[in-house]
Amino acid sequence: MNTNTAVDTPPVPVTADPASAYVRIANLTKRFGDFAAVDEVTLDIRRGEIFCLLGGSGSGKTTLLRMLAGFESPTSGTIYIDGEDMSKVPPYERPVNMMFQSYALFPHMSVAKNVAFGLEQEGVARGDIKRQVGEILDIVKMGSFGARKPHQLSGGQRQRVALARALVKRPKLLLLDEPLAALDKKLREHTQFELISIQQRLGVTFIVVTHDQEEAMTLGTRLGVMNHGRIAQVGTPSDIYESPANRFVADFIGSVNMFEGQVCDAGGDCLRIACTELGCTVRAERARASAAGATVWTAIRPEKINISRRPPAAQPAAAPENLVRGTVREIAYMGDMSIYLVQIDSGKMLRVTLPNVTRGLDLPLTREESVWLSWHGTSPVVLTE
Amino acid sequence: MLRIPQLSGRRVVAGIPILWLLVLFLIPFIIVFRISLSEVRLAIPPYTPLLTWHHGSPSLQLHWSSYAFLFTDSLYVSSYLYSLKVAAVSTLCCLLIGYPMAYAIARAAPASRSVLLMLIVLPFWTSFLLRVYAWIGLLKNNGVINNVLLWLGVIHHPLVLLQTDFAVYIGIVYSYLPFMILPLYANLEKHDGALLEAAADLGARPMRAFLRITLPQSLAGILAGSLLVFIPAVGEYVIPTLLGRPDQLMIGRVLSDEFFENRDWPVASAVAILVLLLLVIPIMWFQRLERRELEAQ
Repeated sequence: MNTNTAVDTPPVPVTADPASAYVRIANLTKRFGDFAAVDEVTLDIRRGEIFCLLGGSGSGKTTLLRMLAGFESPTSGTIYIDGEDMSKVPPYERPVNMMFQSYALFPHMSVAKNVAFGLEQEGVARGDIKRQVGEILDIVKMGSFGARKPHQLSGGQRQRVALARALVKRPKLLLLDEPLAALDKKLREHTQFELISIQQRLGVTFIVVTHDQEEAMTLGTRLGVMNHGRIAQVGTPSDIYESPANRFVADFIGSVNMFEGQVCDAGGDCLRIACTELGCTVRAERARASAAGATVWTAIRPEKINISRRPPAAQPAAAPENLVRGTVREIAYMGDMSIYLVQIDSGKMLRVTLPNVTRGLDLPLTREESVWLSWHGTSPVVLTE
Repeated sequence: MLRIPQLSGRRVVAGIPILWLLVLFLIPFIIVFRISLSEVRLAIPPYTPLLTWHHGSPSLQLHWSSYAFLFTDSLYVSSYLYSLKVAAVSTLCCLLIGYPMAYAIARAAPASRSVLLMLIVLPFWTSFLLRVYAWIGLLKNNGVINNVLLWLGVIHHPLVLLQTDFAVYIGIVYSYLPFMILPLYANLEKHDGALLEAAADLGARPMRAFLRITLPQSLAGILAGSLLVFIPAVGEYVIPTLLGRPDQLMIGRVLSDEFFENRDWPVASAVAILVLLLLVIPIMWFQRLERRELEAQ
């Protein structure tokens, strides 16, 4: 992923009320034969937030969403929506609407008919249906497309109609299954912010399933990272990125340089970790306490590593900390930044990214050039699992 | 520059069915139409020529009397109407029985689908004629059905089942049901399950979702299946002859009687032409609908 944008994530207004768990998922398990698609998941989702379920394919995120919608019944565990047990409630009676990944627009109905479908099921008066359909189509900027059939729309337009159809009943909870996956990159970025603004305007709680971490970071007030049917970590985008709870999360979100090592000094306000892989001692401030001798993993994000031709000053020459020598092997120029693959003396490859701040290369490193890599003591994350 | 027409693969592929239809459909049709405009005579062939030579000049003699005759004798009109009624009722029955079957097969597990489809096609492995005869054995007064019902004590006198409209419906529905199920299955199998989930999600109970989503989308399959049953049922000859009432003929039987019993080829041809016209209308209607459907995709 493009780590730069993850750090530059625009501030998302957080209006979620932390006290009220609007959706409460308790010990939820779904088995298909011997395979646990969702495994003992316990999760609280707050009123008014955009909660992103992020995971690779087969991580169980879609199964979890489908259980919330009522399309799959849990093997065990309970889902409460607004305090009400949903176990016995069929999909057509749940206070939930879903936006499908394929959009699932009814091909034989016009856009207006598609959007009106939900209201018709409730027996809303004809005039009211017309007004509400018009309103919601205006919100998604599809007001003039009511008479079109789905096949006459572009992908982005279909996505808007699907959103309008899911929102027209003003659900308290909207489930979005890979809402932007079918859109091209430019449109996707644009639509992300629109989704947020619509969510804010209507005050709906969103649960978004996505495999795209950039999308999850941009949209989500909080993320739940899923792996093998379990929740690996729940937190705000910056929690997840800056303080991953385990190796899976650190590796899954963004790119990371990870080294195995032993804690050699657990005293004081920081940990010192001996990394033979790295060839230097890592000093990690703000790390969770760990016993001396324990095996841990140190994760350092590529953008948190400095690269220079000369060793930084004020380093004790004898036992260098957070400092390694290496040789630049590959340079990838990405426009906004460059990625450097540096082979350190131990032979391991490190990934370093630097923003291209000034026009023209201010650090015209070349391949095969010998460099020093260093990082601040707050940069490494120490992981025990 | 001289352009030599190339015998491309596309032309061959398109040409074979066109040639087939030309030789085996259009030319026979023209022959039948031509006979229908002649008058009957006792000769070989048993009809008058259209083109005769009078003093060295050709004269064309078209006789519409065979067509006029069809409307003077109530036998023909009532046979036409009866055939339409039998075909329509049979088609409706096939639809009502076949739709749930096709739906169930389309929703079955992929592994069992092919087995179920094979079971639908299985009767074709036995001769059609044999299967219709088998129904005589089942329906006749001392047949299987009556014997079982008598033995069970449900009835005390045998029911008259054979040589009734009921027997004709049973025969046609039984024989043509696969022609309804197969196109319906082909249609229903393609339906996107997500659409029904979307309908449920928007508050539609299963029955409403079926009526609003599945049914409208399977219209093309319903039409295709209905025509595949309706068209041959109108001209059905074997089933009404073997199972049906002796006092009410279907048009296929009338046609055959005209040819083989009366040896009135012009009238028989006129009957055939009118049956064809009767069937061309629903076919054209279907094709228009199908084109609309294609455009909508």
